[in-house]
Amino acid sequence: MSKKSYRQAINEALRLEMRRDPRVIIMGEDVAGGQGGSSGVVDAWGGVLGVTKGLYTEFGPERVLDTPITEASYIGAAAGAAATGLRPVAELMFVDFVGCCLDQIMNQAAKFRYMFGGKARTPLVIRAMFGAGFNAAAQHSQALYPLFTHIPGLKVVVPSSPYEAKGLLIEAIRDDDPVIFLEHKVMYDDEEDVPDESYTIPFGEANLTREGDDVTIVAFGRMVKLANEAADKLERQGISCTVIDPRTTSPLDRDTILDCVADTGRLVIVDESSPRCNMAADVSALVAEEAFDALKAPIRRVIPPHTPVPFASVLEALYLPDAAKIEAAVKAVMNHKVTEAA
Amino acid sequence: MNASITPITMPKFGLAMTEGKLAGWMVRPGATVRAGDDLADIETSKITNAYESPAAGVLRRQVAQEGEMLAVGALIGVLADADTSDADIDAFIAQFNAEFSAGAAEEADDTPPEPRVMDVKGRSLRVLDIGHGEGDPIVLIHGFGGDIGNWLFNHAALAAGRRVIAFDLPGHGGSTKDVGPGSLEFFSSVVVDLLDTLGIERAHLVAHSLGGAVALATVKNAPSRVASLALLAPAGLGPDINMAFIDGFITADRQKTLIPALSYLVHDKGLIGRKMADDVLRYKRLDGAADALRHVAAANFTDGRQTDNLRPVLETAPPTLIIWGKDDEILPSSHAADLPDAITVEILPDTGHMPQMERSEAVNTKIRAFLSH
Repeated sequence: MSKKSYRQAINEALRLEMRRDPRVIIMGEDVAGGQGGSSGVVDAWGGVLGVTKGLYTEFGPERVLDTPITEASYIGAAAGAAATGLRPVAELMFVDFVGCCLDQIMNQAAKFRYMFGGKARTPLVIRAMFGAGFNAAAQHSQALYPLFTHIPGLKVVVPSSPYEAKGLLIEAIRDDDPVIFLEHKVMYDDEEDVPDESYTIPFGEANLTREGDDVTIVAFGRMVKLANEAADKLERQGISCTVIDPRTTSPLDRDTILDCVADTGRLVIVDESSPRCNMAADVSALVAEEAFDALKAPIRRVIPPHTPVPFASVLEALYLPDAAKIEAAVKAVMNHKVTEAA
Repeated sequence: MNASITPITMPKFGLAMTEGKLAGWMVRPGATVRAGDDLADIETSKITNAYESPAAGVLRRQVAQEGEMLAVGALIGVLADADTSDADIDAFIAQFNAEFSAGAAEEADDTPPEPRVMDVKGRSLRVLDIGHGEGDPIVLIHGFGGDIGNWLFNHAALAAGRRVIAFDLPGHGGSTKDVGPGSLEFFSSVVVDLLDTLGIERAHLVAHSLGGAVALATVKNAPSRVASLALLAPAGLGPDINMAFIDGFITADRQKTLIPALSYLVHDKGLIGRKMADDVLRYKRLDGAADALRHVAAANFTDGRQTDNLRPVLETAPPTLIIWGKDDEILPSSHAADLPDAITVEILPDTGHMPQMERSEAVNTKIRAFLSH
């Protein structure tokens, strides 16, 4: 066990699964890093963020496939390869590029099992980075997990730390259904203790990063870290929070969310994706329908405005949820007074 | 500087601890405390523990805020007489912090000893080997589902003037998940292999629970390699075993289901926190860990009873100390009855199945006294 970054944890998960199972292959733009460039350097970078570094040299060109810049072709090829016996991990680089290959994901990979009467398996993983906070502007900053969550037949993972990322990616690679694995680009250098061995974290099982009595905070991906920062601060002010990291948006661990809301009676949801039809809306509906009587205050959502992600750093900061906004939302639900009907 | 001032610093609960979180103050500023009173709850990555006041006095300052994470040795509070002036206390805090940050920079490479994964006759075992001194080394053997972390509060204390080796049994912690037949015979052969690999002729075995039965089996199979036995709530001395714990430990896959199982381990249920459960879950998620546990349970607890009776071993065993928690809910302390007279039996009140954690001071003292004879 040693401290590893989010980037290293993902790299290690890929490496261990490629060693364990020869059917696991990697495809994507620049995953071999610099391959084909004029410098002639092999594996110079290992992808734009260095996540696949060293895999090309260990596993060679037959298992680490650098693809042309054409998402429709290689995501389609990966879906086909999965349906015919391989276990591809295709990298979409920025999740924003899904616009170029949505049919291959939504109408092909996600539908195979259902439309072939359960006789087809599609053990495909699509990795992509998501999220704002990097000044990467509107076409490279979106948090599109609600889009995938909307599609039956896909599993959707939003790991919140290096430990989580490694165990959830190994689980994704061993899963027989298409899995969308979304890495927050601001977290690649975050570090924590990560075991050297292989391990798996099951899907649909939320992690409670802390337990408290007053307010339940449900947060996704990088927002888990911010929720814990806010909860640390609130604890010093005498407000104790439960923080739920659902880990996967599909399947969603409804039971844990409902149990915690039953205990605390107050709910704040932190979601950095665009606010209409996002996870905050989805979880709000769940709790309003199933746990209405437990609520002592209206549900609060800490969400961005319904606009593209701004490029200017001051506007991007204004756009994103942060610990201060979460803290304010928790205080708002704590201070809620029930008004008597006239 | 005023002699009545006592610094309260972040304690070091065991070897690996480098920092701790002040989870909560239990004494308000201005309150008078006696030595041994609980001052604060300190949360480490393993466990939450009460920090007892090292001296009597008035808690004049809470330097650390609740929730604050601080390095071991950092100032968290100040104890002094009621008549010490505030100016003296401020001066003390300023000087302490200046010296502490200077010292911290000097000791920057004073990292805690890290366990290493080593090859032991073809098997990879995680081993933490510390301490030097005359006399036979100690080998610590944990129980079912345990690992070297079970000795967090004992390893360093026992290693004063002596070499002490903790390791993860096969199937456990960071060791290979291949448990062979999973039997006591097998595990005792691994203990002997470890002694061979480390070049140790003879060792004192300090062993807990199923590890206690492994130690007894080692005496049976290789008597010349065992200098003495200190057994904590050992298996092998009676048929009973709480299968609700064993089954719960194996099947639980989330904190909510694991915490009730872990609660059987201790008398003070408040000791079982989410962090401890999370550590166990992290181990159980490793490839092969769950299968290894099932295998070991099937080999040793067939039909809900302990498979092996090792009482006969104690007739001719080397010097033996047995420590048991009176309120053990896994293996009853009644298993310590009717043993040969030569064996020292200590039953600790208000203590569950983990005396080395729940009564670490008492256990360390008793083992040291036992070994010094």
